[in-house]
Amino acid sequence: MTKITNEELLNSITAKFAGVTSVGEPFGLLTIETSREEIIDLLTFLKTDAKLQFIFLTDITAIHYPKQEKQIGVIYHLHSLVNNVRIRVKVFMDENDLHIPSATVLWDGANWMERETYDFFGVLFDGHPDLRRILNVDDMTVFPMRKEFPLEDPNRVDKRDYFFGR
Amino acid sequence: MLTDNFILFVQIMSDIQIVEAPPGVEGSGFFATSIDKAIGLARSYSLWPLPFATSCCGIEFMATMASTYDLARFGAERMSFSPRQADLLMVMGTISKKMGPVLRQVYLQMAEPRWVLAMGACASSGGIFDTYSVLQGIDEIIPVDVYVPGCPPRPEAVIDGFMQIQKLVQTESVRRRSSPEYQKLLASYGIQ
Repeated sequence: MTKITNEELLNSITAKFAGVTSVGEPFGLLTIETSREEIIDLLTFLKTDAKLQFIFLTDITAIHYPKQEKQIGVIYHLHSLVNNVRIRVKVFMDENDLHIPSATVLWDGANWMERETYDFFGVLFDGHPDLRRILNVDDMTVFPMRKEFPLEDPNRVDKRDYFFGR
Repeated sequence: MLTDNFILFVQIMSDIQIVEAPPGVEGSGFFATSIDKAIGLARSYSLWPLPFATSCCGIEFMATMASTYDLARFGAERMSFSPRQADLLMVMGTISKKMGPVLRQVYLQMAEPRWVLAMGACASSGGIFDTYSVLQGIDEIIPVDVYVPGCPPRPEAVIDGFMQIQKLVQTESVRRRSSPEYQKLLASYGIQ
């Protein structure tokens, strides 16, 4: 049983941050959207507020919607262990200007999560102490989880059409 | 009773196969054959495999090494975890592109003569992992002698692949490794 309802949570956030909008509660998970100018202030508030106490950073990742105006979104998942409630924060950015302040000032654990997000989506986290690829090969030139890059390897030889009479 | 046991013992013994001598000239008190065949025979029954196991094929290989299938019967009970003492590189499992240079380094550290067995769909062709992060077959980076199909192959298939390697070893000329064809093959992989 959670000690804070999503409604209370949203009210306490919007009281301080006018730019925050709620984008729904899929599966009971409150999802809010904000801007990159506000994100660190918002995360600081969520982490340090005496009542909310979202002390645990579950994950940082990103998503790519090619048809949207602001194509790339960075997504934060926070968990308040005291109140047993979770929240999801999204920040959408233009594809040509993927700069967002690093959350490593709040959580050391954000270090590798942001490296992974950079590795796969090319999001640049300003202020990150060591922003380089973490999972893919170092000399990779693309950001493979963006939709414009083909998932399949071009060197594959056993899936050519003529093997299947096409 | 003792005699019965002895007869039983002899019957069991008679089931054990001993390697036949290679073709050669035989006479009273001497046997002559070519050095290729003698060395090939010795090498093929004392291969030291280096198991490069990265995923589920490695589990099947453990079964191949264990008592039921017992790869030791083929003279390969000594796993070499140092590439410098291994003759046979057994690559078992998905090799990601990040693992590629590591595998190549292991191959380069092996002394000639060396053989490579690619076990399973992933090592042979990338398998189901047709994706940007996985090497589409280890033959993109090192030459392969025998491919064992399957996902994963059963231990019988691994043994069959190993016996194919043994055949290659037995029939290989001692000069093959310095032949221009072999040098060309290595050069095509950028080795040397």
